[in-house]
Amino acid sequence: MRWPERVMGGPLAVATGAVLLTAMLGAVLLWAGGYDPLAAARAAALGAFGTRDALLSITLVRSVPLILTGLAIAVAFRAGVWNVGAEGQLYAGAVAAVWVGLEGGSLPALLLVPAVLGAAGVAGALWALAPALMKLRLGVGEVITTLLMNFVAIYLAAYMVHGPLQEPRGVFPQTGPIAEGARLPVLVPGTRLHVGVVLALVAAAGLSWLFRRTRIGFQMRAVGASSDAARIAGRIDTRKVVLIAFLGSGALAGLAGGVQVAGVTYALYEGLSPGWGYTAIAVALLAALNPIGVLATAVLFGALEAGAAAMQRDAGVPAVWAVAAQSLVILAVLALDRVRHRAGSEASGV
Amino acid sequence: MSEADLVLFLEASVRLGVPLALAAMGEAITERSGVINIGLEGSLIAGALGGALAALAFGSAEAGVLGGAAAGVLAALVFAAFAVGLGTDQIITGTAVTLGGLGFTGAVYQARFGATGTALTLPTLAPLPIPGLADIPWLGSALFAQAPTAYLAYLLAPALWYFLFRTEWGLELRAVGENPDAAQAAGVRVRRVRVLATLFGGALAGIAGAHLALAHAGTFAENMSAGRGFIAIAVVALGRWNPPLVLLAALLFGAASALQFLLQAVGVDLPYQLFLAFPYLLTLAALAGWLGRTRAPAALALPWPRRG
Repeated sequence: MRWPERVMGGPLAVATGAVLLTAMLGAVLLWAGGYDPLAAARAAALGAFGTRDALLSITLVRSVPLILTGLAIAVAFRAGVWNVGAEGQLYAGAVAAVWVGLEGGSLPALLLVPAVLGAAGVAGALWALAPALMKLRLGVGEVITTLLMNFVAIYLAAYMVHGPLQEPRGVFPQTGPIAEGARLPVLVPGTRLHVGVVLALVAAAGLSWLFRRTRIGFQMRAVGASSDAARIAGRIDTRKVVLIAFLGSGALAGLAGGVQVAGVTYALYEGLSPGWGYTAIAVALLAALNPIGVLATAVLFGALEAGAAAMQRDAGVPAVWAVAAQSLVILAVLALDRVRHRAGSEASGV
Repeated sequence: MSEADLVLFLEASVRLGVPLALAAMGEAITERSGVINIGLEGSLIAGALGGALAALAFGSAEAGVLGGAAAGVLAALVFAAFAVGLGTDQIITGTAVTLGGLGFTGAVYQARFGATGTALTLPTLAPLPIPGLADIPWLGSALFAQAPTAYLAYLLAPALWYFLFRTEWGLELRAVGENPDAAQAAGVRVRRVRVLATLFGGALAGIAGAHLALAHAGTFAENMSAGRGFIAIAVVALGRWNPPLVLLAALLFGAASALQFLLQAVGVDLPYQLFLAFPYLLTLAALAGWLGRTRAPAALALPWPRRG
């Protein structure tokens, strides 16, 4: 019975190994670049976790969109749906959230907040619907179509903030602030941590349950492992499962955009996302597509972003090193995962 | 709108289209072998920095183009080692190479030139008007008074078409992208073909990046590839994986970008963001089959050999 080891021990070992490998390689490269790796690590750790404000207002706030987009990727990739479009779905969600947040000012917060987040989720799902239908009806691979939809969403958001949703004075390329009642309440007084973090936790727990305990969760895994086998041997309606994976993934990514608008920025502007939809692929991969794992890896990446700024300020190491580290961690996971599979297939004689 | 505006618009369309055309024609060859290199953006930005550094070191823009190609190949080599060598997932590997390209070029640039980002002044890849052709009214200066890299793109389009559809090697490359198992059975070395096709794509993306640094900006800036690697993947699809059509598709994407300058020049206040989105929607329509039959290589993005 190798199953529990594969699910728990294996991916966790790979993730830990990848992080350690990246830290070591990063230290060597920093040293080679003439920086002090220890000072950099110290500054980054303090910047990400050193104070209550660093942890709650910076690291955790930055983790929220990464958790939600990371979960979006996990849902899609589990079912073998290569959704590269989380970035666009996030923007679609942000546009819808801002629109409802601007128009719905007369509604009480108890209705308006759910309306804002609901609109974001629906918009994200709709943004994923076009590539889903193209895959299911026309057999067009989703990698290119979801990528194309990213550009369309980003230009749509740009059009909105220059056009119909531009702030009333028409000076800045951004929307006006959304209604007070549309904003997510602050969770810990005196910090910027908003209740969106609770939503992200609930989403992760819910997905974890869905993946492990429900029929659709099992079906997604089966379709992701082998679409043909699932259809023929498992008598699974693979098209329905793929559609659900697309829509669920899009909804989560859209929600990420909505939560960012309602919890942090209160407005839409160009460049709202620094590429969360792509970073999410690293987040989900490092977590081996496990929702609870996504919580950990998203916080790690949020800390990396928060720490990078401190590292630049206090240790003179350019923040862009954090992006390089993200790349190394993905490559380390890929390499270690292949090593593990090869070792596994040799041990079992396959 | 004056005639001068229109000539400027055409000239800008070609200028903006050329780096897309180079990167996309390379990616078309890569994709024809069954590999989708989402890490193309990494090759592009590596090419921009490699081109800038080589141009500085040797004091010539031509050396910069070669340096750009080498840097683009280096980034593609990382992708090929993982995605083809180890058989890792192409989408995830490509994401890593893109992040790595953006991260490491930024890190190297700041280590070499300081965090303040002192503006580099590079030897530039100046326009090289072709006598006679450049004097053709309207289109002459747009097409034939460009940087030498533009002429490389014009020459590559028919050459790559000939390679793909009229040579034995081209046939093998396409076979690998359509049905790698059958190609292997016929004696084609699938992995080698895929690695070479990926490196070729990296070289052209690197040249495209060098073009950005040396012919457009005259300097290097972090993230100056600005998503063109991803745009090139869209261009390949609109151009139906066929080099001459890919060149035309790249010029169309260039024209969509150039339109915003034209609209500003003639003082028309149209929402140019919607025009920028247009080529992407057109590509979606093309993939949906509304502009005639289009199909990606059958084995695109699938790891080989298939894992059980």
